[in-house]
Amino acid sequence: MRILTLDLSEYTYEIDEREDLNDWIGGVGIATQLMKEEIDPKADPLSEGNVIVFAVGPFTPAYPFASKTVALFKSPLTGNLGESHAGGRTATSIANAGYDAIVIKGASNKPIYIVIHNDKVYFKDARVLWGIEDSLIVGRIIAEKEKGRGIRTVMRIGGAGENLVRYACVTTETYRHFGRLGLGAVFGSKKLKALVVVGRGSKRPRNVKGYREIYDKIFQIAVNSDAMQKYHLLGTAVNVNPLNELKGLPTKNLKSAHFEDAEEISGEEFAAHNLGRRIACNHCPTACIHIAALRQPYGNEKYFFKTIMISYDYELIYALGSMLGINSRDGVLKLIHRVESYTLDAISTGVCLAWATEALEKGLISDGECIVSLRFGDVDAYLKAIDFIYLQPNEFYRTLAKGVEKASEVYGGGDFALSFGGNEMAGYHTGHGSHIGYLIGLRHSHLDNAGYSLDQKAELSPEELIERLVKEEQWRQILSSLVVCFFARGVYTPEIVVEAFKPLGIEIDEEELRKKGEMIYLEKLKLKKKLGFDIESLRIPKRVMEVESFRGRLSQKYFDDALKYYKKLFSKALFD
Amino acid sequence: MSKLLLIKDIEKCVGCALCMYACARKNPRKPFIGYDHSGISAVSLSGFERGATIIVCKACQEPPCSQVCPTDALIPRKNGGVIYKERLCIGCKNCIEACTISAIFERRDGKIALCIHCGYCVDYCPHGVLDYVEASG
Repeated sequence: MRILTLDLSEYTYEIDEREDLNDWIGGVGIATQLMKEEIDPKADPLSEGNVIVFAVGPFTPAYPFASKTVALFKSPLTGNLGESHAGGRTATSIANAGYDAIVIKGASNKPIYIVIHNDKVYFKDARVLWGIEDSLIVGRIIAEKEKGRGIRTVMRIGGAGENLVRYACVTTETYRHFGRLGLGAVFGSKKLKALVVVGRGSKRPRNVKGYREIYDKIFQIAVNSDAMQKYHLLGTAVNVNPLNELKGLPTKNLKSAHFEDAEEISGEEFAAHNLGRRIACNHCPTACIHIAALRQPYGNEKYFFKTIMISYDYELIYALGSMLGINSRDGVLKLIHRVESYTLDAISTGVCLAWATEALEKGLISDGECIVSLRFGDVDAYLKAIDFIYLQPNEFYRTLAKGVEKASEVYGGGDFALSFGGNEMAGYHTGHGSHIGYLIGLRHSHLDNAGYSLDQKAELSPEELIERLVKEEQWRQILSSLVVCFFARGVYTPEIVVEAFKPLGIEIDEEELRKKGEMIYLEKLKLKKKLGFDIESLRIPKRVMEVESFRGRLSQKYFDDALKYYKKLFSKALFD
Repeated sequence: MSKLLLIKDIEKCVGCALCMYACARKNPRKPFIGYDHSGISAVSLSGFERGATIIVCKACQEPPCSQVCPTDALIPRKNGGVIYKERLCIGCKNCIEACTISAIFERRDGKIALCIHCGYCVDYCPHGVLDYVEASG
């Protein structure tokens, strides 16, 4: 494994060959080991002691869908292990530049951005870029100035990252994000405005004929089977209508799991009226990135229009749509665009604003504190509130910028603060599975755990649920070590993974793979515990149990039994 | 009879770069992983908000790249484009400068990568951007 380590405190870098890491496959497997080595578990997430690891896997850039990069860091939102994955061109640029992982330590005194060009690293002055709050503009400036068109990634932060909003994200290639758990604030705390990686490289497969054959097999499954159909057609937004019908779509701060206007903001309606373009992550034939065209008049001049291209997905429609009671597609798009500009995590922002709206209704906070009067459905008020989360003009917004858990500790309303282990909930109120999944999820910020799909399949006992969640999670450690997109999990079955390894010179069978998945799972759980994760402090917000889900009313007893069983299964890792 | 790679509908490009990876794999005896040897490029238009496009040899009848090659490594093909004799290439980069549409790329070993109109990439373009057709000339 070839590891590039950057020290921002001293503006130095070194490249190491680490054969001892080979057992850990790549991606999250090696990132966990590097994090263990490098981080002081007690480090403040926003201090120079925090460490960021970006890692790619052995299938990048050999095969389609191996387009994801894993980032590990200490999360300023939860205070323990942060993990976030992004697509775009990040993974292939890092791999083509010749690296399996990039480790970032220390912090710069002055704003900088970094350009990695194959074996060389350039630390560059970003004082002029600092203060540009719109990540799209930052991206354009760097794209014009730097070399490497088409073979580079531009990871950057907007204003929310600079201002240390604890759920600021890092954006890459305009529309993809290391979205959750605050990597953007960690960049901001290190005065790192952007990280550019330019990679031009090649390697040879060990088995020439076998490589082209398995490549073609994967490609054919990708384009000719229905494995990718959901993402290929309407995209993740296809979930809006069915989840709403199942009573699984969190609405108005989960006062309900059914939104009467869901149809209006569904994937079908976006495709019919707004979809303007599709784009793809590098080396992905599916092109699931759906971009809407929002045409808006200037307002002060007749016949002048601007057209903004905005990427939408299910989670964004949930967090900035149904959760806030927004029933117009233009409204949802405006909110997404605002969040995108500042590099805020859309899910956390939506959940924070939904909580604030209800807290205002209940009189826990005042109109004065909110500055604008927040009401479900009021797009203009939410647009202003997003500005305030970024600018933090008063104590209330400074607190809200720390997440909904912190805000409810200060102002009350914990029962309806939809946070799980300090992270704002994803958009599935399908049953016990999704919520337990948020709590014990060990990957990708607990966003896409298997819980919501288990909820839809069968009524399980708490013990069965835990076993199936953990088993799936362990397999997904393999997928995130390879690192392939989770949307392609139907393509990368264990058989295909074993076969795809062969031409790369790696012999491994399915059983060994599954064992490695279990090992990586355990290693990460231990690291998470070491960084501050405390399973005893987890709570389920009461609201979750008050609102009918697809599986009916959810019970505290079920949650308690499930967690008890989980603690028993992993008592050594969780309590030693 | 020879065929040429053509861009059929550039507006359909999603920027996935599957053509670049196909180009690197095209030689059945010596396929590469990664795009150093790729003679085609998929780029965004200064950010993906403005879409994506492909940069590739347009098969000039009088190729400027060939005219500036000091070692005859680039020989004009009958119906447009060039034949690249890699062995003769000294890596002077004159051709890269000479190509008006910047469709010749520098490899890490100093030599160049460019489209030889073999058509291998067309079958891997999932969205019908590329086409492989009989040369008209």
